[in-house]
Amino acid sequence: MGRIEYLHKLLKHRELSARELAKQYLDAIDRDNTALNAYVNVTREEALESAQKADEAFRKGEGVGLLTGIPMALKDNISTRGTETTCCSKILRGYKPLYDATAWSRLKAQGAVLLGKTNMDEFAMGSSCETSCFGPAHNPFDISRSTGGSSGGSAGAVAGNLAVYSLGSDTGGSVRQPAAFCGLVGLKPTYGAVSRSGLVAFASSLDQIGPMAQTVEDVAIVFDAIAGADPLDSTSSKTYVPQTFKNLNNDIKGKTIGIVPQLFSEVSSEVAQAVESALKTFEGMGINLVSIDIPEIHYALPAYHILACAEASSNLARYDGVRFGHRTGEGFASVNEMMIKTRSEGFSQEVKRRILMGTYVLSKGYCDAYYKKAQLLREGLSTAFEKAFEKCDAILAPTAPTTAFRTGTQLSPVEAYKADICTAPVNIAGVPAVSLCCGYSHHELPVGMQLIGRRFGEEAIMNLAYKFQQNTDFVRTADWGVRL
Amino acid sequence: MSYELVSGLETHIELSTDSKLFCLCSTRFGAEPNTLCCPVCLGHPGTLPVLNKQAVYLALMAGSALNCRVNLRSVMERKNYSYPDLPKAYQITQLSTPLCEDGYLELSSGKRIRITRIQVEEDAGKVVHTEDAFCVDYNRCGVPLIEIVSEPDISSVEEAKEYVEKLRILMRYIGVSDCKMQEGSMRCDVNVSLKKQGAETLGTRTEIKNMSSVSSIARAMEYEYARQKDILEKGGSVQRQTLRFDEAKGITIPMRSKEDAQDYRFFCEPDLQPVVLTQQEVEDVRHSMPMLPSEKEKIYTEQLGLTKSQAALLTKYRRISEFYDEAVKLCAEPQLAAGFITGQIFSLFATEGEKEEFSLRITPHSLAELCTLVQQKTISKNLAKVTLDKMLATGKRAEELITARDMQGISEEELMSLCQAALELNAPAVADFKNGKEKALMAFLGTVMRQSRGAADPERAKACLLKLLSNIN
Repeated sequence: MGRIEYLHKLLKHRELSARELAKQYLDAIDRDNTALNAYVNVTREEALESAQKADEAFRKGEGVGLLTGIPMALKDNISTRGTETTCCSKILRGYKPLYDATAWSRLKAQGAVLLGKTNMDEFAMGSSCETSCFGPAHNPFDISRSTGGSSGGSAGAVAGNLAVYSLGSDTGGSVRQPAAFCGLVGLKPTYGAVSRSGLVAFASSLDQIGPMAQTVEDVAIVFDAIAGADPLDSTSSKTYVPQTFKNLNNDIKGKTIGIVPQLFSEVSSEVAQAVESALKTFEGMGINLVSIDIPEIHYALPAYHILACAEASSNLARYDGVRFGHRTGEGFASVNEMMIKTRSEGFSQEVKRRILMGTYVLSKGYCDAYYKKAQLLREGLSTAFEKAFEKCDAILAPTAPTTAFRTGTQLSPVEAYKADICTAPVNIAGVPAVSLCCGYSHHELPVGMQLIGRRFGEEAIMNLAYKFQQNTDFVRTADWGVRL
Repeated sequence: MSYELVSGLETHIELSTDSKLFCLCSTRFGAEPNTLCCPVCLGHPGTLPVLNKQAVYLALMAGSALNCRVNLRSVMERKNYSYPDLPKAYQITQLSTPLCEDGYLELSSGKRIRITRIQVEEDAGKVVHTEDAFCVDYNRCGVPLIEIVSEPDISSVEEAKEYVEKLRILMRYIGVSDCKMQEGSMRCDVNVSLKKQGAETLGTRTEIKNMSSVSSIARAMEYEYARQKDILEKGGSVQRQTLRFDEAKGITIPMRSKEDAQDYRFFCEPDLQPVVLTQQEVEDVRHSMPMLPSEKEKIYTEQLGLTKSQAALLTKYRRISEFYDEAVKLCAEPQLAAGFITGQIFSLFATEGEKEEFSLRITPHSLAELCTLVQQKTISKNLAKVTLDKMLATGKRAEELITARDMQGISEEELMSLCQAALELNAPAVADFKNGKEKALMAFLGTVMRQSRGAADPERAKACLLKLLSNIN
């Protein structure tokens, strides 16, 4: 049984009140967040208020769902009406959205209790949570190490027992890689499965909101709750109604898992070993294995960076100090100067680097060589994945090339970008993938693997992930936060 | 040496939708600044555009009226540039695949000005400079526009004026836009270049931005023609430039040159799906359109026997044309009805705006009744005119205004006595008539008509007058 169902039973049978539960989490945050830096904004009052409402609902037995009264957290790029949403960037300090993101409003409608907003790489640009203007989040399994990123705070909060589940966002691996580093389950849904309305855009054609939790069941429950058509997002599927939770226990015997050698190319031996032993586990569960070449994957990472930076350069151009967020102090002679100063002060090095790269690849004379070529590669990769799924039901691959690295590791940008090498192809192809723990390193650090599925095939990969979790013993929890 | 003017126009027209192109905010003009905005049109973080299909349909109508080919699949793209009136720092527009392409607008001479493309896009806000502040009004931000791009087929200022005027009337007629140039819902960028008489190659062009009246377009073009001609005659070369027209000074002023031309870094708008239409949708939109003025004009002249100028006047304004069509359906006097409208009724309206508004107190039905009364010779044309004036003033129907006496006309005795009185009143004219001045008869007739308040039948009165005159020695 997952954490959500377990707590739901306690709440339902009045063995615990939602308010007590929220208070326990809030107190734990007070105690442990200094060390973990998972939260950048704790919404104590609102949490207690919605917990109270949840208690009333339980008392009346009306409008109660699995998520009612369950304390959770949101990445700080998911809009919360009236509550600061900064993307952990100086440029959005003080910005309070006028509306709720669709994914959040769906959870809210089910009585979710929001504990706060979580740390992330600035504008989700990074894989270590170190570009945050609030400083890095720390891995609950070893606080000298990175939570991964960009949804590092969302991972740290759940792994550190400071939230039951959280939402992150995944543009090139930002849900799955931190889930892997923190021993969690993290789902990157099919592009279009979850509304992006209210998710502050990084790369619009790649971004997806995804749930993170300690178990497959929890992720399934949350995903089912947030997925589905949204009139506010023209790129969301109009017809998709996933029922992953209901289908977790389906029989998987005779299914086929594909192994794509290209997804193992830059992976450390420790990670490769753990994933290979997971393959054996699956084999033992009656799964067929088949090797499938997708040579296009070699080009996925550069294509990803071109597309993501191009879109980001356009998406981030609106932060100019005119209407919201940070504006430079007095001392500008013109509007233009005000915008330049505001942007120079508001964005960090990494964000500026990506804006510059994105502007460059879209510029006249370079657009054909970079952006348009990357678009072709995207089409090629999507087709290659489609073909691969003619031969298998899911693809198993490492989530990240390594386990959690130490924070402060000095890497060149290109080395740092390699953290996304296993995850970015999935975003490029627009398919879903779930990352879950498949073992521990000799440092006792979690190793993540991902199951990649067909477009809108979340039910199948979550089914496989659940069966794997049932047959193994990798769900562990770090020594922080709430103990229930 | 003489130079030919070569000009093409890019015309921006605000579409008459209720809500903006990508959100539900109102497109109303003249509201308090920043009261018609929401997070979407203000470009707040995380907001996404949702395409207003009504705007696409209106753009389709424009394309159809301009004889364009429709792309069943067109793409929205981002045009990136930074200015405080553009909250997202990009405009969503169409570049590689616009909604409509390859059309034309025919001028009265029969010459066709080719339309290159019609693209759907969003408007920007407005910057307002006050004494001590730089202010932005975002009400207009996200209002749907179409940009109609013509080929450089315009070769005189007169043609440019006719093109703009015709386009304006057409777009208003089919309900695509109100095209109020003074409110900015229709604006033109004018490209001007010169070429030597008969030359094949075009000269370097300049672009005059954001013109908001037909007269300033004409003035700017004249100025620009003279300026370029002067340069060329002195052996110089025209710089490729973007200009603005200074209304007060009557001159064009450079805004930016080609060297600092912006790179808009166009790319596909990832937040929107391509605009996909079915052939059926296109047909449905076409069928929902009113008959175009050019087609109607043909029917008016060829089938209803109106003069060309009458037909042109009646088709210029949609409401008038519809009023006329309705009236003609109800009576068998198309020419009479047309005469009433272009004569008496038109004289009620001083401005173009009033003609367009065409707010009348009478219905097409009551005009038709009046025409029928004339046709059945129940009343004379003159009485009809007098009655129409009363109808227009009171909104009453003809039958309510014409007395029983008027209706029956005038009895033989009454007519006789009126005629007698007219002859007595104009005694000197009687002598003139007797001396062979036949025109004097008109003077008597005029008096009879006046005295009968138009009720007398002129033919009968004439006969009666002649009879009386023959009795006089």
